[in-house]
Amino acid sequence: MKSNPDFSKSPTIDQVGVEERVARLNTRSIKKESKVAGLKLALNMIDLTTLEGKDTEGKVRQMCYKAMHLHDALPDLPTVAAVCVYPTFVATAKAALGNSGVKVASVATAFPAGQSTLDVKIRDTQFAVDCGADEVDMVISRGEFLRGNYSFVFDEIAAVKKACGPARLKVILETGELSTLDNVRRASDIAMYAGADFIKTSTGKIQPAATAPVTLTMLEAIRDYYYETGIMVGMKPAGGISSAKAALQNLVMVRETLGAAWLDNHWFRFGASSLANDILLQLLKEATGRYQSSDYISKD
Amino acid sequence: MSRIGILKTYKIYIGGQFPRTESGRYYPLENKQGEVIANICLSSRKDFRNAVVAARGAFAGWSGRSAYNRSQILYRIAEMLEGRSAQFIEELILTGSTRAAAEKELHQAIDRLVYYAGWCDKYTQIFSSVNPVQSSHFNFSVPEPTGVVAVSAPQDSSLLGLVSVIAPILAGGNVCIVLAAEKKPLAAITFAEVLATSDLPGGVINILTGKTKEILPQMASHMDVNAVVWAGNSAEEIKQTQETGAVNVKRIFNWTKNDWTSAQAQNPYLIFDLQEIKTTWHPIENIGTSGAKY
Repeated sequence: MKSNPDFSKSPTIDQVGVEERVARLNTRSIKKESKVAGLKLALNMIDLTTLEGKDTEGKVRQMCYKAMHLHDALPDLPTVAAVCVYPTFVATAKAALGNSGVKVASVATAFPAGQSTLDVKIRDTQFAVDCGADEVDMVISRGEFLRGNYSFVFDEIAAVKKACGPARLKVILETGELSTLDNVRRASDIAMYAGADFIKTSTGKIQPAATAPVTLTMLEAIRDYYYETGIMVGMKPAGGISSAKAALQNLVMVRETLGAAWLDNHWFRFGASSLANDILLQLLKEATGRYQSSDYISKD
Repeated sequence: MSRIGILKTYKIYIGGQFPRTESGRYYPLENKQGEVIANICLSSRKDFRNAVVAARGAFAGWSGRSAYNRSQILYRIAEMLEGRSAQFIEELILTGSTRAAAEKELHQAIDRLVYYAGWCDKYTQIFSSVNPVQSSHFNFSVPEPTGVVAVSAPQDSSLLGLVSVIAPILAGGNVCIVLAAEKKPLAAITFAEVLATSDLPGGVINILTGKTKEILPQMASHMDVNAVVWAGNSAEEIKQTQETGAVNVKRIFNWTKNDWTSAQAQNPYLIFDLQEIKTTWHPIENIGTSGAKY
């Protein structure tokens, strides 16, 4: 087995180049049938998320119902990919979703700050998996990362990955706290080499969250990792993507950076709470020819 | 050396900003002598959609303000209009008024704003009621704003008519998207500049310029528009608007008036048109020593 690369020598990122590439990709115009197909694909990639201190079992069950029945008046709609909840609600979500095919993702490892001991993080992860979580969303230790303690971050991810067992691991970089695209690239490399099944931009608790340049940088890291190892890694931008248009722009970035193989909810997800409703509004607009109102679709 | 004057670019007003139309389309505006005096944005359905989004976003904030504060802001608009008198008079003359008529129109527009500023914290009393019911409830009804109102402004009276339809909508806590008079849009855009400097939150009033026959059907069909106020000239227009607007049971009002200068052109019933009545049943025992059950 090849040894891991020296992460202090991760490629540097040309920020202006990335921004120009994003701007270029955002000029793509997707209309009519392609738009409808793209929007349905995006719906099917959503991790419908509730991560609030005020969450209750009732709120989680309500969201699970929404995950399975986005808008029954509109035929041929997919379900979302997964619901994303705190570990304490995994069992509730699992029961509510039954055999619908919608997966349960759980944040773990002292989400969102990640300021706890490895022991606690491992037990947090195991609890989520024992409750039936199909996917675990962990946060990296940004403080250790920023002071250059890359092996600490690497070992932590590897340990959590081991604790996940069969569950897929998404590693949240919290790019809003990483300051530069160089850091985003480096953190992406660390996470993938440590065993991440997905890399994810943000917790949604810090601004800015999933900006397009950050997402493109991570997609390019995934592509380079694939060229190097032959292993596919998934991508999940989370937080800040609330419009159907932004979702389509993300799909364009994925298609142009990674290829069509990644245009599937096994490899690409949106972490979002309000995106689904905006996509529904756009799909209804395409179906009726009239601009729509959120008064006519369920809020949660 | 003589100086070359800077011509003003007339843009539309959406969400407190002055964007150009997203469509990139313009139409020439001519003065009485047939000379082009400005290129005016030919707004598209997407501009209208953007304006509805801005208006919907502003609705909670505007309707949630105290009536007294709405009154202050309406009065502030009147103050700003007064301060820009000379510019409005020039533009009204450019679009066909005589100087005397332009001055009169401006002064009436200012007075009309002050009139509705006064009504902001008063119409609720006259349109509310306490209702007698056959049970131990205190039962009362109060008006609440309808929501997002799309307005097709009067075609002939480009400033006074515009102010006369906007002010009662605003006074009642609604937000609106206005399509300015097609052939006389200058005053409407300059009025938007007045709004932008008068403490009115962005998105409460949005002003588009363009063709009625393009935008009015969008007003009628948009599901997030709660009411349409129409003050145009063609019977066919209002008929089609009413038919299309049935899709989400829009409230559709015909406010066309022959004379916007008349005393009948201002009254609190125009505020009341854009109100919904909410009735509350509040459980109580008897009210008052007489034993009356309200």
